[in-house]
Amino acid sequence: MMQAKAQSSPVLRGSYTYASITDKIADTVLARPMHWGWIAGMAIATAVTVLFLVAISYLLVKGVGIWGVNEPVAWAFALTNFVWWVGIGHAGTFISAFLLLLRQKWRTSINRFSEAMTIFAIAMAGLMPILHLGRPWFFYWLIPYPDIMNVWPQWRSPLVWDIFAIGTYMIVSILFWYMGLIPDLATLRDRSAQRWKQVAYGLLALGWRGEARHWQRFDTAYLLMAGLATPLVISVHSVVSLDFSFGNVAGWHSTIFPPYFVAGALFSGFAMALTISIPLRAVFGLQDFITARHLDNIAKIMLLCGLIVVYSYLFETFIAFYSADKFEIYLIRNRMTGPYAWIYWSVIFCNVVTVQALWFRRVRASTIALFAISVIVNIGMWLERFMIIVVSLHRDFLPSSWGMYYPTFWDLAILAGSLGAFVLLFLLFVRFLPAISISEMRKLVHEKQRAAS
Amino acid sequence: MKSIEEYGLMAEFSTPEALLGGVSKARTHGFSAIEAYTPFSVEGLPEAIGCTQNRVPMLALLGGIAGGAGMYFLQWYTAVIDYPVNSGGRPLHAWPAFIPATFEMTVLGAALAVFFGFLALNGLPKFYHPVFNARDFDLASRNRFFLCIRSCDPHFDSAKTHDFLQILEPIRVFAVPFGAEIPREQQ
Repeated sequence: MMQAKAQSSPVLRGSYTYASITDKIADTVLARPMHWGWIAGMAIATAVTVLFLVAISYLLVKGVGIWGVNEPVAWAFALTNFVWWVGIGHAGTFISAFLLLLRQKWRTSINRFSEAMTIFAIAMAGLMPILHLGRPWFFYWLIPYPDIMNVWPQWRSPLVWDIFAIGTYMIVSILFWYMGLIPDLATLRDRSAQRWKQVAYGLLALGWRGEARHWQRFDTAYLLMAGLATPLVISVHSVVSLDFSFGNVAGWHSTIFPPYFVAGALFSGFAMALTISIPLRAVFGLQDFITARHLDNIAKIMLLCGLIVVYSYLFETFIAFYSADKFEIYLIRNRMTGPYAWIYWSVIFCNVVTVQALWFRRVRASTIALFAISVIVNIGMWLERFMIIVVSLHRDFLPSSWGMYYPTFWDLAILAGSLGAFVLLFLLFVRFLPAISISEMRKLVHEKQRAAS
Repeated sequence: MKSIEEYGLMAEFSTPEALLGGVSKARTHGFSAIEAYTPFSVEGLPEAIGCTQNRVPMLALLGGIAGGAGMYFLQWYTAVIDYPVNSGGRPLHAWPAFIPATFEMTVLGAALAVFFGFLALNGLPKFYHPVFNARDFDLASRNRFFLCIRSCDPHFDSAKTHDFLQILEPIRVFAVPFGAEIPREQQ
């Protein structure tokens, strides 16, 4: 029965050979003419990225006063964007590393672009706290180095742990991604007809020739990298959540934060993986590689993470009342009925109500429904981080210092701009690098042939 | 007669199974300087060509230890010796607070060791290699599997090795010249 089920929704559809699968994926990079959709996407993404650069430049000139942040809400959009982008990155690592360790064959065709998603998301995330520093050009003061000021970082601060967590995550993600790319870059070097492409891909491929001993070290090194990247998913978002729970503000000072944040990160990350993969497979005709089975599996993981998030919401509320701490109780009441109540109820709608549709097989089989749900979850998770940060800060212990937060144009420009830059990087990636791992797909063809014979 | 103009003789196969068979026959025939080129990692091939040693895991361990120990030492030295800050009488050697950065640097040290160790042990980057001169070698990254017997092998003999490779029933057998200028008609 298991076999019958596997037959009905295969990981790899159609009858491909080593040659045809290589050519099909390599040609998406080498032979495909410019698609009007890609050009239009590039135009919009470039325009928004220019807005991003303008917003950053203006911020550097004028300072964080151009944003809506002030006392009592000194953290708002930048931190919300930061947590949101880091979370999106985690699903990519989860797909490429954790599912590799679990020998989930279906990850093969989606790991490459998920890793790209991770790298571009961390790049956007890393910018946010730096831009929020006030004097961003001194961000390197967070890094320990012997300086003439004779000052060292304060190791007891989660904000210092952050730069180690995010920096390590960025470097390891890039190395892991690039290592997986090396055999594919060699394929592109060997397949491209123009001299300049051969030279460019040849330099990037580092002279890879597929020798058996090299493959052996490649397999070991790749597995080790996966094993090293997996705990980073947990540690990075735990450290991010500790930025909050080390503060004693009501709604932040909670031990549930690390698992709650990690589940939320994977939830939004898998939503972003769906948001990207559904248009990607349609535009490039990759339905044979990114099959209904992949979308179904991603949706199931999303549902699981969503349920952990729901559990966290429930317990956050329960513990507030159970603690009998009047500030904690007020915070929950303020979330539900205060001036930002619409955000709370939007979060509940997006993250709690909408995902329940994923219980139904028919919903998981519909790409349009999955795309809509994934976009809703992305919005919901952004709002959740906004709720955690702003609603806790705007009414703290002293009613005399209560206030409201209103975003300015520049707050919105930074958020929109980071989205534009992310899309721009992703469009460049699918244009110049194979969005699916070719060598792993050849191996999948081999395993399929061996299973058939 | 030993030829110094060639890097080796290469046989081209269309399936990994044929290559594996060829490799084990070449080994039993007494050849030791064997190389195999494949478009994806073939299970059992490294063992078949006699490659049992893999030092990448050891490098990962050393890199991890160096990263973690170095980071813990840096934190201890800066917080206790070089820049002690009395914050409410809390212990300067606050080891639980040193763990997150130590953990991250352990992972980073191991990952850097794995990546650069993988490149160094493979002798990469190496942009020129004689096998790239072989005809159709570009298919090694697409759908063909190559077995190469090096000319430095003590049992190597241009004509006899050529005949031996023909017995394996490859698609074709050809010489791999050292330089691109050398004519390729040896087939």
